[in-house]
Amino acid sequence: MAPSKNTAAVTTYGDHEVIVPENKLRKAVSTKPFAPGDDPIARAEAALADLSSEFSTWMDSECERLDKARRMLSTTGCTGANKEALFHAAHDIKGEAATFGFPAMAAASDSLCRLLEHTPDPTRIPIMLVDQHVDAVRAIYREYARSDAVELARKLTQRLREVTDEFLAHENRDRPEVLAQLKAPSILPEA
Amino acid sequence: MVRIDFNKLRFLVIDDNAHMRRMVRTLLHGFGARDVYEAEDGAAGLEAFTHYVPDIVITDWAMPIFDGLELTQMIRQPGANSNPYVAIIMLTGHSEKKRVMSARDAGVTEFLAKPISAKGLYQRIVNVVANPRPFVKTRTYFGPDRRRTNNSTYVGPERRKGGKADMIKQPALVEKYRAPA
Repeated sequence: MAPSKNTAAVTTYGDHEVIVPENKLRKAVSTKPFAPGDDPIARAEAALADLSSEFSTWMDSECERLDKARRMLSTTGCTGANKEALFHAAHDIKGEAATFGFPAMAAASDSLCRLLEHTPDPTRIPIMLVDQHVDAVRAIYREYARSDAVELARKLTQRLREVTDEFLAHENRDRPEVLAQLKAPSILPEA
Repeated sequence: MVRIDFNKLRFLVIDDNAHMRRMVRTLLHGFGARDVYEAEDGAAGLEAFTHYVPDIVITDWAMPIFDGLELTQMIRQPGANSNPYVAIIMLTGHSEKKRVMSARDAGVTEFLAKPISAKGLYQRIVNVVANPRPFVKTRTYFGPDRRRTNNSTYVGPERRKGGKADMIKQPALVEKYRAPA
């Protein structure tokens, strides 16, 4: 596909340039009002709802992927590639949990991500703690239909997070910038 | 609400997770988009960027080969590709302050934390289409102006030299279409 040429107005200042590129997206801003009842966000939410019958199967495959990554790490060691694979699997579950209808899975996955990301020496990551996280994530998914599932998930995750934070505080005791980062809340507003 | 003709925009969605790509594609089609292309890692994403010349790139952060941050840095190279000014929305599970700052400093236009929502994605797209920011080029940075607001209470040292560019005014299309002619 042949790209069209970029044009831009450039103003030079003491140590920087300010560039106002041609706004090629202007073509998409419509001056026409929305038709009565036309709501693109509602349309997209409805389209996503149509897809939701597949979410449980998708989460099932994500849990399988997490378990497979955990087994690889347990048997061949906490190498760079194994750690990355487990981190990505946990990270994806954290991001998808709410959308797929299993929001209580996100916190346990997040705790595992923190453990993997912030332990300075990967060989010191306790495999038992990794196993407990993976088992917790899978159990929360498996038992989600229970009436007390969310409360059980909260208690389980809270304990995992406490143990993880204690371990990370010890492992990073000489790294104040990491300790500060671990305690910092997210700065993002709600979506 | 500003009305966007999504069928006039071309999207590139880059994510190694097929489920997430399918969800983003579904939302975009729901908004009315027709041209939605996909890539499953940073390298394929860069190739698709060159081939399809998208208007808006929606990328994950954590991906194999090279990640969303590296991809952004490769796109934001003046003269190295057809559109270094392309709008980049980073859609990621990372939401820590350090990560958000890194994404901003790599030249990401908008940041959207997972879990994804139709409203959140729509707002980011409206923002990049109807309220584009000028670009700033320094010795160490090339990307959208990182100053989104004019903080009148700021008392620290002025880091930009040259006076006039403290706050770069750019008329927002969003205001133009809201205000009566």
